[in-house]
Amino acid sequence: MTSTATSFKKYHRVIVSVWQNCYNQAEEKLENVGMIEAEKLTKKFKDFTAVDSLSLSVPPGQVLALLGPNGAGKTTTVRMLSAILTPTSGRVTVAGFDAVQFPQEVRRRVGMLTELPGLYLRMQAMEYLDFFGQLYGLSASQRLARSAALLSRFGMADAVDKRLSEYSKGMRQKLALIRSMLHNPSVLLLDEPTSAMDPQSARLVRDAIADLRGEQHAIILCTHNLVEAEELADRIAIIRRGKIIIEGTAAALKSELLGPPLMELTLNAPLDGLLPDLQQRVQVVEQGDVWVRYQSENPAVENPRLLRWLTEAGVEVVTLGQVTRSLEDVYLRVVAE
Amino acid sequence: MATIAFGQKQRTWFSEASVLLRRELVDTLRDWRIILPIFSLTLFFPFLMNITASMAADWVVRYGGAPIIGERIIPFLLMVVGFFPLSFSLVIALEVFVGEKERKSLEPLLASPLSDGQLYFGKALASMIPPLAASYLGIVVYLVGLRVFRGWQPSFELLVLAVLLTTVKALVMVSGAVVISSQTTSVRAANLLASFIIIPMALLLQGESLIMFWARYDVLWWIVAALIVVNVLLVRMGLQLFDREELLGREIDELNLRYVWRTFKGFWVSASPDSPSERFSLRRIYTRDLPAILRRMTPAVWAVSLSLVAAMVVGGLFAAQHPIPGRVWSPQSLTPDAFRNAPAVGFLPSFTVGAVLSNNIRSLLLAGIVAVFSFGSIAVVLLMAPMGIIGFFMYQVAQWGLNPWLFFATFVLPHGIFELPAAILATAAALRLGAVVIARSTHPRVTVGEGWLAALADFCKVFVFVTLPLLVIAAIVEVNLTLRVVLWAYGAH
Repeated sequence: MTSTATSFKKYHRVIVSVWQNCYNQAEEKLENVGMIEAEKLTKKFKDFTAVDSLSLSVPPGQVLALLGPNGAGKTTTVRMLSAILTPTSGRVTVAGFDAVQFPQEVRRRVGMLTELPGLYLRMQAMEYLDFFGQLYGLSASQRLARSAALLSRFGMADAVDKRLSEYSKGMRQKLALIRSMLHNPSVLLLDEPTSAMDPQSARLVRDAIADLRGEQHAIILCTHNLVEAEELADRIAIIRRGKIIIEGTAAALKSELLGPPLMELTLNAPLDGLLPDLQQRVQVVEQGDVWVRYQSENPAVENPRLLRWLTEAGVEVVTLGQVTRSLEDVYLRVVAE
Repeated sequence: MATIAFGQKQRTWFSEASVLLRRELVDTLRDWRIILPIFSLTLFFPFLMNITASMAADWVVRYGGAPIIGERIIPFLLMVVGFFPLSFSLVIALEVFVGEKERKSLEPLLASPLSDGQLYFGKALASMIPPLAASYLGIVVYLVGLRVFRGWQPSFELLVLAVLLTTVKALVMVSGAVVISSQTTSVRAANLLASFIIIPMALLLQGESLIMFWARYDVLWWIVAALIVVNVLLVRMGLQLFDREELLGREIDELNLRYVWRTFKGFWVSASPDSPSERFSLRRIYTRDLPAILRRMTPAVWAVSLSLVAAMVVGGLFAAQHPIPGRVWSPQSLTPDAFRNAPAVGFLPSFTVGAVLSNNIRSLLLAGIVAVFSFGSIAVVLLMAPMGIIGFFMYQVAQWGLNPWLFFATFVLPHGIFELPAAILATAAALRLGAVVIARSTHPRVTVGEGWLAALADFCKVFVFVTLPLLVIAAIVEVNLTLRVVLWAYGAH
């Protein structure tokens, strides 16, 4: 082999190696970049500030639940993220595109379930999905396959021949959700996805959202159903008057706002004389005749100690367990402040 | 490569817009409440017009009238047959946006990848196609009936004119209706505002009927051209005003006068719409505000100036075609009384400083007002009129063997060096005021309404701080100096 060929081979390997390294670094960066990135997002309507310097980040494969009272700014935020509204100030990047500079590209990559289904009532389901599929650039075979699969998944295969005006509220909501998922968008913005749905349909929808999360979609969920938010969301953000008041996982929010875990102890006999001693051992927050609730910083250590003491004192314990605190408690605490 | 890519991009733009167009068309055709009236009237009305035309022609002949009257009714009814189904395009176009908003189906469409232009194009065309197809069908039915029963057929020019006029009228009505639909919050409000479209169109139809009776078909070509220009302006205005935020957010039509006043005041006191409010002072007005306004107004000033030059040329050409017979005026006959007696002519003001000043102020303020309703065009036309007259007289004077430039230098220039710039600047500001709804905004993050208020503030600043002082000087010079210059130059005593 000539020296030139040898040199070429050596440099070729070096070049390929450098290129591969750069590519891997870029891919790693992209994976760590939020699919939805909002920085100091503000929206003013004349004199009214609907959203005030709001920042959030949702990476792929994560669900962020956006909670807040009516008029808090959730819908306005979602509309800015979907490039329907232009922010007054701040920056928003969705799926790698700036929503102000490239609104069409953002809308191409976003699936939005609006507050109301917004269907064309004179159309039939397949026709309706075919229309939106075309708008999102799907081929005819893709539209047919995706529509059929999604309609079947949500139990609507039997209703495809009906006009949408004949659909119930829950069916319309499901169709609107299918519309938002049709083009397999990398970002989903879902406003009350299970509203007006029966429990079975709601379960289907929640399973679908969980699957989408597993498929590395970034999802923002606006909902008043706190149970649903707690079940589905990786993180929760509570908005009030256009600002995010608090953000974190459900467990972290409960711990931060509601204090240490709450335990409930039920005895076989009235507390009476035991209470003072009990109050020295644990932080009692509530009591009844035969039961008491206390907060425990470290249940794994404190509970066995308490049980040993009660046993030694000859007190029979009926039950000892952790009181489930709901996200509703957190929400009401935050919103009431 | 770039050309292929550009071509592909255009095809993609149209193909995406046509998806919406097809859906809207199918939806319209499914609505029997629209389709049944359109097509039943389309088929019934031409027969009725055929009968009317025959009866009118026979009636005129029976009672000794000139057959030409009956013959001229036939082309006129051709226009009516074409116009009737077009009125339905208003019904469809008025609810393209506001109707969807009322039915709550607008947001998913706005959330789709369609651009503003694609939305506008798709919906506007879909509003137009069924009524226009019905118009063409009606025209065909009418003409076939005439050919069969009366042996009459139109000339090629008349046929082309009928089709063209019908088409451009449809375009104008739909463009205007789409603008209304995107700006109102209810179908009811849109229907009320539709009178701003249907009344001018009805008046236009009556004007066309007169032209038809006079068989001045050449004038109809100018009408076609004018309607095309109006359509372009309306489409541009519609795209400029189109705002997804306003479409979704505005719930009721309300005129918040307090907000309007506050916004206008903010623009009045600040140096430019982008800068915050600052201390208001005359020095700041003349050193910062006005130079910035003049920079913004540069294109408008050029447009007005060129229009005035064109007006003078047109005036001269008109004088060449229609000269004043004989020599009705000679400068030696001028006396100071000739100017003072000017009000005797009737439409000329009295020759005092106050009268001249108030006349000029009134004219320019009127220009500002009518500019709002004509995209600024009538303001320019109003100023072109006196310049056209000057051009006319300059040419005429030259025909009489006198120096036209001396005429200009004596009759116009002494006060004109103050009055002309004042008028040009005020008219340019008025042109901007009228054109702001169709022009690209020079101020980011300012809505069209706010842009209009900013243009109004600019107009007021120019008028108060530049035009008024110059007009005062011009009036004083015109009354006291121009007369003396004229008399001195032409040797009259």
